Amino acid sequence: MSVASDKPIILDVRAMRVAVRTDHGDGPVLVDDVSLELRRGEVIGLIGESGAGKSTIGLASMGYTRRNCFIVGGHILFSGADLRAMTADQRRALRGLKLSYIAQSAAASFNPAMTLMDQVSEAPIRHGVMRRAEAEAAAVQLFRELDLPNPETIGSRYPHQVSGGQLQRVMAAMAMVGRPEIIVFDEPTTALDVTTQVECLAAFRRLVREHGAAALYITHDLAVVAQIADRIMVLRRGKMVEFGDARLILQEPQQDYTRRLVSERIAGHAFVAKPEGAAPLLTVEHVTAHYAGKPKVIDDVSLEIFRGDTLAVVGESGSGKSTLARVVTGLLPRASGDVRFDGVSLPPRLKDRPRDQLRRVQMIYQMPDVALNPQQTLLDVIGRPVSFYFRRSRAEVRARVLELLKQMDLPEHFVDRKTSELSGGQKQRVSIARALAAEPDLIICDEVTSALDQLVGEEILRLLKRLQDELGVAYMFITHDLGTVKRIANKVVVMLRGQTVASGDTASVFAPPYHPYTELLLSSVPEMRPDWLDGILARRGANRNI
Amino acid sequence: MRLLGHKLSIPAQIGLAIIALNLVMAIFAPLIAPYDQAAVLGDAWADPDRQHWLGLDNLGRDLLSRLIYGARMSIGLSFVITALSFFIGIVTGFGAAVAGGWVDQALSRLVDLLLSMPTLIFAFVILSVVAAGLQEHIVTIAILDSTKVFRLARSVAVGLVSLEFVEAARLRGEGWWWIITREIFPNAIPPLIAEFGLRFCFTFLFIAALSFLGLGVQPPDADWGSMVKDYRDMINFGYAAPIYPAAAIAILTIGVNFVVDWMLSIHSRGQGEGA
Repeated sequence: MSVASDKPIILDVRAMRVAVRTDHGDGPVLVDDVSLELRRGEVIGLIGESGAGKSTIGLASMGYTRRNCFIVGGHILFSGADLRAMTADQRRALRGLKLSYIAQSAAASFNPAMTLMDQVSEAPIRHGVMRRAEAEAAAVQLFRELDLPNPETIGSRYPHQVSGGQLQRVMAAMAMVGRPEIIVFDEPTTALDVTTQVECLAAFRRLVREHGAAALYITHDLAVVAQIADRIMVLRRGKMVEFGDARLILQEPQQDYTRRLVSERIAGHAFVAKPEGAAPLLTVEHVTAHYAGKPKVIDDVSLEIFRGDTLAVVGESGSGKSTLARVVTGLLPRASGDVRFDGVSLPPRLKDRPRDQLRRVQMIYQMPDVALNPQQTLLDVIGRPVSFYFRRSRAEVRARVLELLKQMDLPEHFVDRKTSELSGGQKQRVSIARALAAEPDLIICDEVTSALDQLVGEEILRLLKRLQDELGVAYMFITHDLGTVKRIANKVVVMLRGQTVASGDTASVFAPPYHPYTELLLSSVPEMRPDWLDGILARRGANRNI
Repeated sequence: MRLLGHKLSIPAQIGLAIIALNLVMAIFAPLIAPYDQAAVLGDAWADPDRQHWLGLDNLGRDLLSRLIYGARMSIGLSFVITALSFFIGIVTGFGAAVAGGWVDQALSRLVDLLLSMPTLIFAFVILSVVAAGLQEHIVTIAILDSTKVFRLARSVAVGLVSLEFVEAARLRGEGWWWIITREIFPNAIPPLIAEFGLRFCFTFLFIAALSFLGLGVQPPDADWGSMVKDYRDMINFGYAAPIYPAAAIAILTIGVNFVVDWMLSIHSRGQGEGA
């Protein structure tokens, strides 16, 4: 995969620094003294946790910064010309044509009122390098190369009429249509399901290779970058940790931090849940549910959770796993079937449930940023369930909150801080504390680690496991990350389009003979081997021919 | 200078100075004004001199004193009305967003109904029919004005209600009052404050207009709108008398707008191209 070092250097970033400058004065330095040379036809992977400066480097390489951020030092040479020395108009002329960008959320980057073709062909037409017919022909060609269905006609659709993975590929077509020399991929597959991610990765890689473009590929997932990058730069807090050949970094990481990233991804730790009790805690029996006037979102789903169980509900987005959680909590009344908790049938509607039933089922959300009121202190957030369910005095509430903070490994002096002052991982700990404050029997965890960095997510999983050992609480774990499932769950339910396709003990569900969909899910989880993508594509290609 | 942790722009500083000056005039009117607002001190339309800096008015009252007391009446009235309309608008708007369903529909259509009629004419009709005391004024204008607050409060709250911390509160079993006051209100303050300044200006102009039409503040109390009305004919004879209250209205409106513009700009700075 390595690119001969005699290819010309297309992008030369030298000792770049990016810092925040606001009305308040100088803010933190986001990118500190980063240098890289990108050669024609080469893909460099930028990897690191959030806050590592990956996206900032990606944007700055195009001479662009987010608001209040400024490139304060170094040079960015594109084909020998310094982007920093150019005027804003000159830079704009390059962007979208010679330099292009693929964002994480294609859905947020498209104009919903324009057809895909209009948006894909807009840049070259606007820049005056292609006529409409030429641009549209080039776009159709790219649609075909990207394996999009009906390449001739898909351009006449609107963004909401195609799936997320297709939209992400259309965005790649938009980035490529002006024949750019550099493409910046900014976590383009992070928001996608594993099965869709495989298709996109394959399409991106083929595209970059066939067009000989150079690319920066930004991601937090080492396994993803292993499939596509020639060289990898590991970043942490705006500084370069390690930079070198992709295979070497994955096989023999030199730095401690890189080693931790690599080893967590490969090994992880296996947790085993110990269910107890003869009667199930939660029983979901033949439940169907739908939103007003819409078709069924979940159809005849049944499951059982015992005390101390960890049951994982897996499936792609749209498979109905979050809706299942909404039915159990009563946010969405079930249409038919029964949900029993500790032997008692729960009223379908949230507002018909007595306070004690509400207390015993708690929920932890995917996005800690919106799951906690940014204006409240930790005392407000964690203390409210204590005073609400148990009617304790102020002093008792405070004491309980301090105890919970300690249990979450959060410092006690955080108690009077606002939730908005915390990091993502800390916020998720606060969410867990809020759930535990109600002393529940069952906690529904809705993708609790997917918005967090790998190492932080790992800590949250360990915390959840420790709490289960101490308190005997049961978890219903909604996730699309099968790596996590295999390690923490003792039972699995696999959902596809609202129905259960497989269920049972984790070991038996994830062992042959699989349900074909389970196999598809399992095989789509990226592995660290750089040859993994080739292998999986070859296998699927062979299967398709049968 | 900075306020709320942000640097004040020059217009914002000017605006704040204007507001502060007006507030001081309004609050300390009896201490600052050289004479009582209703005292007759000499001939009508006497020229300015050392005792009466701006001269006397149509009944021989000190014009400067009436201008200062007028600040008290105009600003105080606008403030009370705006505050009341915000209370009504926020409670109903948040309530509609949190309750949803038919409550939201009923409130929203009622507001549409009120908004479909020109406010000035509507107020005119009501105030002509009911005995037009100060309280009736305040309540009528506040209710008419609260329709606009309702629309803003509802749209802000609808965005917040969909967030998961509100869902978490509902799952806990919290009632709507807790959700409105503890979960939504603290997060809706910034847009509402800016709107408060803007609505204050509109109310202020609205009262001035009503007073000018003879339906507002009744004599002998001074307020800027009725002063413009009482003095307006004198402009034909070369007297500056109507200019002063009119200028006071204009200056305060501009001042408040400066500050509101600055507040809105804090939350919507454009993207920086910072290479």
